Amino acid sequence: MELYRLTIHALQEKIRNGEVSALQIAESVFSRIDAVEGLVHSYIRLMKEEALEAAARADETIKKGGIQPLTGIPIALKDIVCTRGIPTTCGSHILHQFVPPYNATVVEKLAAAGAVFVGKTNMDEFAMGSSTETSYFGPTRNPWDPERIPGGSSGGSATAVAADECIASIGSDTGGSIRQPAALCGVVGMKPTYGRVSRFGLIAFASSLDQIGPFTKDVEDCAIMMNVLAGYDPKESTSVKAEVPDYRRFIGRDLQGWKIGIPKEYFIDGIDPEVSAAVAKTIETVRQCGASIVEISLQHTKYCVAVYYIIAPAEASSNLARYDGVRYGFRAADARDLSEMYQKTRRQGFGAEVKRRIMIGTYALSAGYYDAYYGKASQVRALIRRDFDEAFAQCDVILTPTTPTPAFKIGEKTDDPLQMYLSDIFTISANLAGIPGISVPCGFSASGLPIGVQFLAGHFEEGKLLQVASAYEKSAAVEKRRPAL
Amino acid sequence: MDFETVIGLEVHAQLLTDTKIFCNCSTQFGAAPNSHACPVCLGMPGVLPVLNKKVVEYAMKMALATHCTINGQNVFARKNYFYPDLPKGYQISQFAYPLAEHGYIMIETGEGPRKIGITRIHMEEDAGKLIHDDHNPVSYVDLNRTGVPLIEIVGEPDIRSPEEAAEYLRRLHEILVYLDICDGNMEEGSFRCDANVSIRPRGQKEFGTRTELKNMNSFRNVQRALEYEVRRQQYLVENGEKIVQETRLWDDAQGVTNPMRSKEEAHDYRYFPDPDLVPVVVDEAWVADICAGMPELPQAKRERFVNDYQIPAYDAGVLTADKALAEYYEEVVKLCGKPKIASNWVMGDVLKFLNEEKKSIRECPVSAKSLADMIGLIEQGTISGKIAKEVIADMYATGKPPQDIIKEKGLVQITDEGELVKTVTAIIAANPKQLADYRGGKEKLFGFFVGQVMKATQGKANPQMVNDLLKKMLA
Repeated sequence: MELYRLTIHALQEKIRNGEVSALQIAESVFSRIDAVEGLVHSYIRLMKEEALEAAARADETIKKGGIQPLTGIPIALKDIVCTRGIPTTCGSHILHQFVPPYNATVVEKLAAAGAVFVGKTNMDEFAMGSSTETSYFGPTRNPWDPERIPGGSSGGSATAVAADECIASIGSDTGGSIRQPAALCGVVGMKPTYGRVSRFGLIAFASSLDQIGPFTKDVEDCAIMMNVLAGYDPKESTSVKAEVPDYRRFIGRDLQGWKIGIPKEYFIDGIDPEVSAAVAKTIETVRQCGASIVEISLQHTKYCVAVYYIIAPAEASSNLARYDGVRYGFRAADARDLSEMYQKTRRQGFGAEVKRRIMIGTYALSAGYYDAYYGKASQVRALIRRDFDEAFAQCDVILTPTTPTPAFKIGEKTDDPLQMYLSDIFTISANLAGIPGISVPCGFSASGLPIGVQFLAGHFEEGKLLQVASAYEKSAAVEKRRPAL
Repeated sequence: MDFETVIGLEVHAQLLTDTKIFCNCSTQFGAAPNSHACPVCLGMPGVLPVLNKKVVEYAMKMALATHCTINGQNVFARKNYFYPDLPKGYQISQFAYPLAEHGYIMIETGEGPRKIGITRIHMEEDAGKLIHDDHNPVSYVDLNRTGVPLIEIVGEPDIRSPEEAAEYLRRLHEILVYLDICDGNMEEGSFRCDANVSIRPRGQKEFGTRTELKNMNSFRNVQRALEYEVRRQQYLVENGEKIVQETRLWDDAQGVTNPMRSKEEAHDYRYFPDPDLVPVVVDEAWVADICAGMPELPQAKRERFVNDYQIPAYDAGVLTADKALAEYYEEVVKLCGKPKIASNWVMGDVLKFLNEEKKSIRECPVSAKSLADMIGLIEQGTISGKIAKEVIADMYATGKPPQDIIKEKGLVQITDEGELVKTVTAIIAANPKQLADYRGGKEKLFGFFVGQVMKATQGKANPQMVNDLLKKMLA
C-alpha cells in the first residue's frame, strides 16, 4: 500500500484502527522521496533521522492512547520557518549555515500536535519570487511537468505535497506564495487572515503582509492543519485574540443560500483561455451546489500590483538590514573596513532578485520620495481593504482564478521581473487587505497542467472558505488526477 | 556685534524598568558582555518585538510632569541605518506620532523664572555598545544595552544661554529622578544630552545656522561645550566666515568642539511605521490612572516648603534638589517643629559633611531623629549652639544619638547661676586693667570678658546667662 499517497484524515483513521504505524508512514514517505526527489527537488534539507525518531515516539504515544490531531503525520516545513538546532536558510546564501536557537511558534504547535517533520522545503530566496527559481539551492521542478516551474515562493512545499513527498506542508504567503504554487501544482493551499497564525519565527519578508498557511491534498486536511496552526500568540504583537472555531465542522456542508461574488476586475484580457474556461466551469459547479452568483466590483484592483511592489520591498529593505555579517550568517572575507564588510557580505550573500527589491524598497522610503511612494501606497492599500469590506456586505465569498496562466517554463520569466510579478496579480489583494484566501484545484489544461480557483472571504472567515472549497471539491465535476512521476 | 544665543536640547533618558522594551532581558548595568541578550536583542531572523507596558507608563509620567499632551494613538517607527551596535539594522523609535507633545518646564534664570518648551517626548530602544581593542584592529559588540528603554525629550529652541541650558538639564534630571523612572547617572549614560546651538544678532527673528553638539557627559561639560561653541560661532561671524551646519563632538580634555566626520552623519533614516508593532492606544482611564500615581514634583515641593515652612526660596531649592534630602528634612521638621533651624542644620552641617565624602543623604550616619533631638536639646538650653557644632560632628563620625555624645563628653551647658557668678567674679578679679578700661568707656571690651568666661567653662556656659551676668557685674 502506498501510504504516502493518503491524506491526513485517511492516515489518522488507519492509525486509530491500528492498521498502520507512524514509522510505516514515515518510511513510506521517505521511500517516495528517494524515488522522486531527484526529479523534483522539493527539499533543501531532509530530516530523515529526526523524522524516524519522531515517528517512533509517535507510535509510543499511539500505544498509550494519547493520539493528537497530527500524531505520526509527515509534514514538510518551508525553510523560512525557524527550527531549533536545524539549519534554516530562507533559500539564501547569506543564511546557508544559520542554525536558529528557537522554534517558530507554528513549529512548536505542529510538534505538540504530534507532527513528524520530514524536512525543510525549497523556496525563492527570502520568499521573493513566484517560481522558486531564485533559491540559492537551485530550482524546484513542477511534478506535472519537470520542465516547468512549480510557482513560488513556497514551491518546494507545494511540490512536496503534489509529489507525495509528505502528507501536508507549511508555506508562507506574502503576495500569493502559498495559493499560486498550490494552483500550479494541483493541491490545496490556504493563506489565513493576517494575525490568525503566529509569525513568530517566520523569517520576515514583508511583515505587514506575511502569513503562514498549509498545503494539503484536500480541503478536509486543510481544516485539520488550520485547527493546529490558528490562534493567538503573545510573542507576536500583530497576532489577534479572536476565537478559533473547529474548522473541521465546515467540511461537508452545503451552500444553500450562499452568495458567491464574482469581481469583474479579475476577469480580464490576458488570462489564459484554458484558465478562463476552467474557472467558468467552477462558477457553474458552485451554482449547482446551491449558491447564487452575484457580480461585484473591487474597483481598486488595478493598483494592487503597484501598491504591493512598493510596500513589500519597502518593508523588506528594512527587514533584511539585519543580514550584515556582524552576528550570524555569511560574512564576506577580506574586507578592509566596516563599510566594505557590509558591502561585500551583502553583495555576495544576496541574489539578484533580493537585491533588486532591497533597492526598490530603499528608494521608496528615502527622503523626498516617501510621500509619493510608501505614503501613497499605504493610502491606496486602505482603499483596497475598503473595496473588500463593501464586497463582503454583498456576498459570502469571492471567487477568482488563482493565477492568470498554468505553470510556465523554467527560465521563461527570469529575465523579465515585471512578467514574473504579474503571476501574482490575483493573489496580492488578499495580502494587502489582510483577508484569508484558499486555492483549490479546478481542472487541467489540455497539456495536463493543473489550474486553481481562488476563494476569498472576510477577516477571520476561514470557515467559509473551507465550506465553499469542500462543497466544490466534493461535487462530481472536479477531475482527480495524479502527476505521472 | 551683540549676539543672542539660541539653544535647543535633546535628552535621552534610560528608563528604570526591570526588563527591556521589546523582550524579557534584564536591563541591569554592568553585567558580563552579552549576558543580557536574547534572539530579539540579537536581531535574529523571524523574532518579533513585544512592547513592555511599563515603558509606556514611565514615559507617560514624564509627559504629565512636563505638561505635555499625550497622543491617544502613538506609533513606533523604524529608523534605518547600519552600525554594528544596531543588530536589526534599524532602531525602533517613534517618528510621526510620538507619545507626547507640546509641553514645557519652568527654569530659574537671572531675570526670574522662564518657560522652556518641550517639543515632544517619544519612546525608543537603546543601541548596543562597541568595545574597541586598544592593541589590535578589532572591535567587539556588547548587546546588553540593546533594547534598554529610552525616552527622548526634545526641547524647543527656547534656551538663551549655556547657563540656562545647564539649569534646564538640572530641572529635567530632577523631575526624572523624582518620578523614579530614571537613575539619572550621566557617567553610565542613563541621562545623555545633545545640544543644537546657533547665534543671531540680537533682535533678528530668523535663526542662525546651527551646529549639533554631542559627547558631553556632565552638566558642567554641556555648559562648557556650549560656551566654547558660542564663542567659536561669534568668532566666525565676526570674521566674515560661514557657520557650517554639522555635528560636532566635545573634546573634554582639549576643551574644544571638533566636527564629526561627515560620512558618519550623512544618514537618510527612511523612517516608516514598524509593521511588527501595533499603535499604542492610550485612553483617558489609563492617563487618569498614571496621574493618580504621580508623586509631588520638585517645583510644587519647593513652593510648599516656602509656604508651609516659611523658609527662603534658596533653602527650599537646596532641600528639594534631591527627593531623599527633602524627605529627610521634612522628617526632621516633623520631629522638632523648627523648620528654619532644621533647614540651617541640614544645609549647613549635614550637607557639608556629606559633600566632603561625596555621599548621598541615604548614606547619612545622622538620622533625622538624632538631628531633631539635637535641635531640641539646643532649644531646651541643654547645649549651646556652639557646642552643638561639636556634637553634630561627633554624631556624623560615630552615628551616635546626641544625648550619648553630650553625656560621654560632659558637654551639658552650665545654667547654674551660682556657679556662673563664681566664674564671672574670678574673671573680673583677674583682669583689673580691662575692668578699668571698660568702665572708662571702652565698651568693646565686653566681648573680651565673654570670651574669658567661655574659655574658663570650655564653652559650656549658657551664653545668654553669661551676657546678663556680665552686664550686671561690670557696671
